[in-house]
Amino acid sequence: MLDIENLNVWFGDGRDRVDAVKAATFSVKQGESFGLVGESGSGKSTILRAITGLAPHWSGRITVDGTDLGKRRDRAFYKKVQMVFQDPYASLHPRHSVDQVLSETLYLHGVGDIDKRVSTLLEDVGLGARFRFRYPHQLSGGQRQRVAIARALAGEPKLLLLDEPTSALDVSVQAEILNLLTDLREDRGLTYLMVSHDLPVVSHMCERLAVMKSGEIVEMMGVETLRKMTPSHPYSQSLLGASVSHKITA
Amino acid sequence: MSDVQTMRAWLLTDTPSSRRHAKLASLYKGWLTLRSNTMAMFGLAILVFLGLVALFAPLLAPYDWMAQDLGNRLQPLGAEGHLLGTDSLGRDILSRLIYGSRITLYIVALVALIAPIAGLLVGTVSGYAGGWVDVVLMRITDIFLAFPRLVLALAFVAALGAGIENAVLAISLTAWPPYARIARAETLTIRSSDYISAIRLQGAGPLRIIMKHIWPLCISSLIVRVTLDMAGIILAAAGLGFLGLGAQPPSPEWGAMIAEGRRFILDHWWVATMPGLAIFTVSLAFNLLGDGLRDVLDPKDGNQ
Repeated sequence: MLDIENLNVWFGDGRDRVDAVKAATFSVKQGESFGLVGESGSGKSTILRAITGLAPHWSGRITVDGTDLGKRRDRAFYKKVQMVFQDPYASLHPRHSVDQVLSETLYLHGVGDIDKRVSTLLEDVGLGARFRFRYPHQLSGGQRQRVAIARALAGEPKLLLLDEPTSALDVSVQAEILNLLTDLREDRGLTYLMVSHDLPVVSHMCERLAVMKSGEIVEMMGVETLRKMTPSHPYSQSLLGASVSHKITA
Repeated sequence: MSDVQTMRAWLLTDTPSSRRHAKLASLYKGWLTLRSNTMAMFGLAILVFLGLVALFAPLLAPYDWMAQDLGNRLQPLGAEGHLLGTDSLGRDILSRLIYGSRITLYIVALVALIAPIAGLLVGTVSGYAGGWVDVVLMRITDIFLAFPRLVLALAFVAALGAGIENAVLAISLTAWPPYARIARAETLTIRSSDYISAIRLQGAGPLRIIMKHIWPLCISSLIVRVTLDMAGIILAAAGLGFLGLGAQPPSPEWGAMIAEGRRFILDHWWVATMPGLAIFTVSLAFNLLGDGLRDVLDPKDGNQ
């Protein structure tokens, strides 16, 4: 579904150049859920931005569903790949109601019968019709994230990029959103590429994962390795160790 | 009474049931915030009053604004039949002020239409496009900003010819650069936000993003700025009128009236003072309203 080969992403030029991602290579199979973990600033979100074309400078190869991506993304790409952003408080236009957000998205994807589709989308993400005409400031964080997920699903994508979709939410709401994402994947046969620094979330959601450190992928492992706490790279070991000790102290 | 109660509840609901309902509810909440600001309401009341006076000028004015009566010139305040006295040609000052409110509103409306819209276009395109488009547009803006406003307006009027339309045009030409700067600054913060990235990922083109997503967020700060600038615009128009480059003599434009009264300012102070007070009142009203609108519309305010 998604193949990434030797991907480099950088910001700035000359002396100001910062290499955010260095020679990343991995692939995600159709229907799989793949996790990218690492501390903040390790370049995991930047990979998502490069895939969606939001990061300006990159080199290497990105292949989605058999098509190589160039510098520009076309409509066909946006129909296949969608993204859910980290902060639901920043990812919805403050002056647009839920209805406006979803209708516009459906319109842009050339979907007919928008009025009915908006209602079904809201049902699908567990929001009733009564949320339809609310503005973002009338919604809680979890509800906003559901709207963002509905927006991402509007064009019926195959690959969903999840940029820490629950890190800005309360713990109880986190579980709801994660369950929603799991259900949606089953119902629609979606492929997920999920970025997170939260290892329990990744172990719950993903089948395979890659550990990143300062722009490089240091290790790839199956979720069993994560659960058994037996990674081979020392950085992965310390990352897992830190997560466990954090849990005990918390 | 119960009808009023249910209407209020309907407007204040958190669960609007249609697009129109949601729009009305957010408008009503804005109105409530504005209403709680006494000074802003005071300003609004003055402006509504001005609008009504302009609308019903022929009914309100006791005399024709052109009617001269040389035997009755320079009458003091409270003279018989002339509440605010008469000017050097015996014309009733009150009637001229009432008709002058039309000209003031005309100037204000035209400038408020031209300058912010031009500024919004230049600013958002410049901010969103970036690169050389930004450089070119912003340097043009800088050139306009580098001139003192009234002097530039004077030059334009001198080139275009004296008259109220040219004065409006000249003021608009000198008033747009600050709006362009504001719109550009807003656009720069908005364009890197997640909701713009999100709509770009839906395949929206730059035109749609600028018009549907960036403009609604810029417009509120522009409205505030325009209202606060209105005083300056009225004063600039009055200044041009005073210098003889705006409205021409028989016209009851307030600035031109001051210019005529200047000759008698020592002996007959009210001839220049009355239009001056009118300019002062309207400018003050716009400033008060602008302050109140800032509280309602400023997008940086958390509850919007």
